[in-house]
Amino acid sequence: MTQVRNFPIGGPLLEVQHISLRFGGVKAITDTSFNVLEHEIRAIIGPNGAGKSSLLNCINGIYKPQEGKIVFKGEVLDKISPNIIAQKGISRTFQNLALFKRMSVIDNILVGRKLHMDCNFLQVAFQTPRARQEEEENRERCEELVEFLEITDIRDTPVGKLPYGLQKKVELGRALATEADILLLDEPMAGMNVEEKREMCRFILKVNDELGTTMVLIEHDMGVVMDISDNVVVLDYGKIIADGPPEEVRTNQDVIDAYLGVAHD
Amino acid sequence: MTDKPVFMTYSRSDVTNFAVLMILAFAVVPFTIETDYWYSSILIPWLCLALAAIGQQFVMGYAGQLALGAAGFMAAGAFACYNIELRIPWMPFPLSLLFSGIIAAAFGVLFGLPSLRVRGIYLMVATLASQFFIIWMIDKFGWFKNYDTSGIITAQDIMIFGVPFTSPMQMYLVVAVVVTILTILAVNMTRGSVGRNWMAVRDMDIAAESMGISLLRAKLQAFALSAFYCGVAGALFAFTYLKSLEPVAFDIKLSFSILFMVILGGLGTINGAFVGAAFILLFPVVLNTAGNAWFHGTIDATIISAIEQVVFGALIILFLIYEPLGMAKLWENTKQRLLDRRPVGEARPNKKPKTG
Repeated sequence: MTQVRNFPIGGPLLEVQHISLRFGGVKAITDTSFNVLEHEIRAIIGPNGAGKSSLLNCINGIYKPQEGKIVFKGEVLDKISPNIIAQKGISRTFQNLALFKRMSVIDNILVGRKLHMDCNFLQVAFQTPRARQEEEENRERCEELVEFLEITDIRDTPVGKLPYGLQKKVELGRALATEADILLLDEPMAGMNVEEKREMCRFILKVNDELGTTMVLIEHDMGVVMDISDNVVVLDYGKIIADGPPEEVRTNQDVIDAYLGVAHD
Repeated sequence: MTDKPVFMTYSRSDVTNFAVLMILAFAVVPFTIETDYWYSSILIPWLCLALAAIGQQFVMGYAGQLALGAAGFMAAGAFACYNIELRIPWMPFPLSLLFSGIIAAAFGVLFGLPSLRVRGIYLMVATLASQFFIIWMIDKFGWFKNYDTSGIITAQDIMIFGVPFTSPMQMYLVVAVVVTILTILAVNMTRGSVGRNWMAVRDMDIAAESMGISLLRAKLQAFALSAFYCGVAGALFAFTYLKSLEPVAFDIKLSFSILFMVILGGLGTINGAFVGAAFILLFPVVLNTAGNAWFHGTIDATIISAIEQVVFGALIILFLIYEPLGMAKLWENTKQRLLDRRPVGEARPNKKPKTG
């Protein structure tokens, strides 16, 4: 993490301010605040049920927190639907895979290009030169991504037929295709073996380095988290118990008590 | 697997298939088939219903919204066309068709609104409203039928820039041209970004929304275009097949038939609409002919039509269980199997993805 980066970490890009989210009487998140800095890789860790995914769902607009606000590039994201938030430059992957199962790999990734394709249905129906050009350019972009992710041999397979690890990769590809400023990755390496995890880390670091994409990722594998993240937020019972660089978080007594050390002590 | 495009975005097999179909439709059929029966009882209704089935495909096969009410939109299109022809006599028929489709599309948007809140079987019930409301509206307000009391209104003759198209073969040509154009547009849309957005909504709506697709826009667009296709199909159905306008022709049975065409033909395929329509339309004819040929009239016609219902029901259940993608998929699988059996193995799609 000490080498010179193409995109040095900048100021706050996304500010989560005093978010509280309740489902009926259940408090999923309580008064949580943290900043995500531009171009950084930020990990969110915490035991199961700590509210990590709920937090991503709040940022992405799927859940509407009862209190607090989320500020992205200086603009408050309040009560707006996920598709508008996507337009503003936030993309994501899902914990339990949310791919378009009956569509091919390349088509899944092409859907990620949606915000770069604005021809209306008439232009598409009549295949106007502009519609054809748009389709061709975006297809090319997706082919590049397919090559980058090393999934060329499965580009035409319906994703529903792929093994889990490959589906995770396709989902990353779809999120990358959006070329969003910030990617929310919900357990991108869950259920993967060491080899696959290493590969995934490589992709994440490469994208961050080459495109400067800010990443927020939820991950359970502490080795991975310590390796690739610039900063770590630790959640427990919907509250933040630590926020800082990995070395600092690792030695934080609260974190050790709540999450890391319990089994070892 | 995806062939290189040779013309615009179409692959070589697209172009050859299209050429073969066009030669069949416009060069072979008009010169070989002389009996009116073939045109007015088989080809015309087949093409009309296939067009309506494409409309149903948009909303059900592509956007994944369970809707039942295609016949209602067909009625809207048919009566819109009748009124346009009646009130604006100089209007060329193709333009009347276009406006009928647009009027039906407006109804489509209206009755597509429930899809923003409910899904599945509940949406199906909600969309039934289109079926009943449109028919009720036409019956209730005399204006739509030009205050005709006889119940059956004769459709006007089809005039295109002063040239009448009244013989069955001429009408077939009108229908075939309209269906060809709309099918090409449908293929372009479903293969392009429009269809991709619909399928994304169908397969995983939350992810689609997170990629920037507005569910509201995608769903209403599907409903509108679906109703447009049904509306044009309804107008053609009334003007070239029924040659009259009666709301009872567009009852819920027709809606169900169109639904079955889509299920049997194959959800999410355009050619499935044609295959399904042909099957639903021809099956009773075949069964009737077979019944007469084998039993020489000893079996009552009512029994044959009862058998027809039973076989339909069984087929739908079988297809839903064993091949939800319908006859179009079945055909594709057979073709693939035949190709795979060929000894000379060229580049073939990778069947086995490397396990992860």
